[in-house]
Amino acid sequence: MTTIEKTTPRYQGKRNRLDKPELLAPAGNLEKLKFAIHYGADAVYIGGQKYGLRSNADNFSFEEMKEGVEFAKRYGAKVFVATNIYAHNEDVDGLEDYLRALENAGIAAIIAADPVIIETAQRVAPKLEVHLSTQQSTLNWQAVQFWKDEGLPRVVLARETSFKDIAEIKKHVDIEIEAFIHGAMCSSFSGRCVLSNHFTDRDSNRGGCCQSCRWKYDLFVDDMPMYSDEEDKFTMGSKDLCMIEYLPELIEVGVDSFKIEGRMKSIHYVATVVNVYRQAIDAYFENPEQFELKQEWIEEINKAANRPLNTGFFLDTPGTEDHIYEPEEKAAPYDFAGIVVDYDPKTSFATVQQRNHFKLGQEIEFVGPEGTFFKQTVTEMTDIDGLALEAAKHPLQLIRIRALKPVKPMDMMRKKLGRK
Amino acid sequence: MAYKPELLATAASIEELEKLIAAGADAFVIGEARYGTRLAGEFNIQMIKEAIHLAKPKGVKIYAALNNLMDNEAAESLHTYVASLAEAGVDALVFGDPAVLMAARTHAPDMALHWNAEMTSTNYVTANYWGRRGATRYVLARELNMEQVVETTASTELEVQVQVHGMTNIYHSKRSLVENYLEHQSEPGRLPQKDKNRGLYVMEAERQDERYPIYEDLNGTHIMSSDDICMLENLHELMEAGVGSLKIEGIMKSIAYNETVVRSYRQAIDAYLADPAAYEFREEWLEAIGQIQDPNRELSYGFFYKEQVY
Repeated sequence: MTTIEKTTPRYQGKRNRLDKPELLAPAGNLEKLKFAIHYGADAVYIGGQKYGLRSNADNFSFEEMKEGVEFAKRYGAKVFVATNIYAHNEDVDGLEDYLRALENAGIAAIIAADPVIIETAQRVAPKLEVHLSTQQSTLNWQAVQFWKDEGLPRVVLARETSFKDIAEIKKHVDIEIEAFIHGAMCSSFSGRCVLSNHFTDRDSNRGGCCQSCRWKYDLFVDDMPMYSDEEDKFTMGSKDLCMIEYLPELIEVGVDSFKIEGRMKSIHYVATVVNVYRQAIDAYFENPEQFELKQEWIEEINKAANRPLNTGFFLDTPGTEDHIYEPEEKAAPYDFAGIVVDYDPKTSFATVQQRNHFKLGQEIEFVGPEGTFFKQTVTEMTDIDGLALEAAKHPLQLIRIRALKPVKPMDMMRKKLGRK
Repeated sequence: MAYKPELLATAASIEELEKLIAAGADAFVIGEARYGTRLAGEFNIQMIKEAIHLAKPKGVKIYAALNNLMDNEAAESLHTYVASLAEAGVDALVFGDPAVLMAARTHAPDMALHWNAEMTSTNYVTANYWGRRGATRYVLARELNMEQVVETTASTELEVQVQVHGMTNIYHSKRSLVENYLEHQSEPGRLPQKDKNRGLYVMEAERQDERYPIYEDLNGTHIMSSDDICMLENLHELMEAGVGSLKIEGIMKSIAYNETVVRSYRQAIDAYLADPAAYEFREEWLEAIGQIQDPNRELSYGFFYKEQVY
């Protein structure tokens, strides 16, 4: 990501959450939920077994939801459930029971787009807050006013809104505004794409999206292809959103909830991204005048990035440089390798659960939410019984490794890529 | 009241409007790109008045398209626009953004309102929700199957509109994706001004038979279906279900094509209404369309008889 010359005006808006904006993270399963919260998310959003748009994710059972809510409570965090499909008639049966069960599980809010889900929740599960999903593609303050009048405390704006649009909405309507600040984006208006339906008979607005916008196409004019097969193909695929460089602007315009995309993403991705935004938000509120973007944050974001990054519609309508025409390369030279489960200060050995191959002599780094951040090489390594190892080859194996500095449970270990 | 479905068409010009009235259309959706999206042509308020002047004496209705997703600026100017449409005497507003509802409540409280949120109008409870907020008609997503269409029609007080013929939109972005791509190829401006009739389509490697028209306008980039829905053979199923409005989408088609299509559907509807029990589909209605159908675009049943998974 390149640093952009900032020439945009700074918009001011009133936040409903007066302390700090909420940092809202995705959690594809219970383990990811725990990491997202441990790394600093104020709230997480998850999917249940029904009515969510990620039918491929390993979604939560009600039991897992309860456990997630219990875990979140210990941190003062909240759990939201995405019920963001556009329902068909056959989905209506069972909706009431499902929403009541969410309420009973201690879920704080649902994220919904379809009025059938909105009004049913308001009627049968009044303790559930209803947040209007980005799938409604809400772009203007009058539509936001409409949803406020309908009793919704929060609107997740369309990804097509700019800083200027948000300022205008904040000026006119007193309501919580949630905005995506990081992650993958539909390049279409959300909800207004049925490419999957046409290409693969999978219903995109009920979770069947097969990301056809990221496929490659030939563009024809008057029955002739415009470019040869050797040239880059046409695509609608967008770069991923990253607003870390515009954190003060997001705070000042009054966005109440900063949303990170990615219920399908890894623990490493979610924990890394949450960690960076947590640190940045806290640093801003500690001293707004002295706030400075740290290069380290950008480097961290890049270690988790799956695609090149951009600023979406916040500054201007995306242009040529905001789409991905060339083969994608993994930018980050680091990969997730393990999770710390224990640390013994007497021997300075950490116990790490293996998440990827690593070996003696390899450069690794530890990163965690409470300041853990250092590099070292793997000098000594044994299995749990003290047997010396050359390499950690077995998934989820517990490995003891000499750590240069103290580490804590749930800290992550990365390895530097490339053979050495 | 006896059942009499409306045959709804689009028009790209006053000339087309007149010809399609003669061919048997009962109503038209027209408007301008600032407020409406994917319109067959541009009708400013003056032209809308002219259309009403031509249509009203013949009992033909004119609906104004305001189905864009509106930004703040468009939403604020809506108030004047809605007031002028009401004054011009349009028969309904077609909309898919709640901002239009807000403007209509103030400036056109008695106006018929057609909720058309394209792919996202998918169930009867949501139909009734918009009905309680002022909508009089629910325009169904084209991705529903016949069973869902029949059930939704039976389960809502609102009039139901179904597209029976023509192309559908399958992707809408606010971005200028064609121009962005040409710029990536270092040929910005290779194509003349943005126009939906400049003959562009995209093709995917594994679907070489399918041509998906793509065009840009001030509302972004639109990708359209590679086939044309044609429900003529099975139109009686929709009429038996009591669907109130049968729409022929005429975008990116010639006047001659749309005239033929309207005429064939008119004949089928009239034959059905004359005696539903004795109704029989006649091949010649479909043959007339088949003769002028673009051979690269299949006439299909859309999603009416298709199973989708998710």
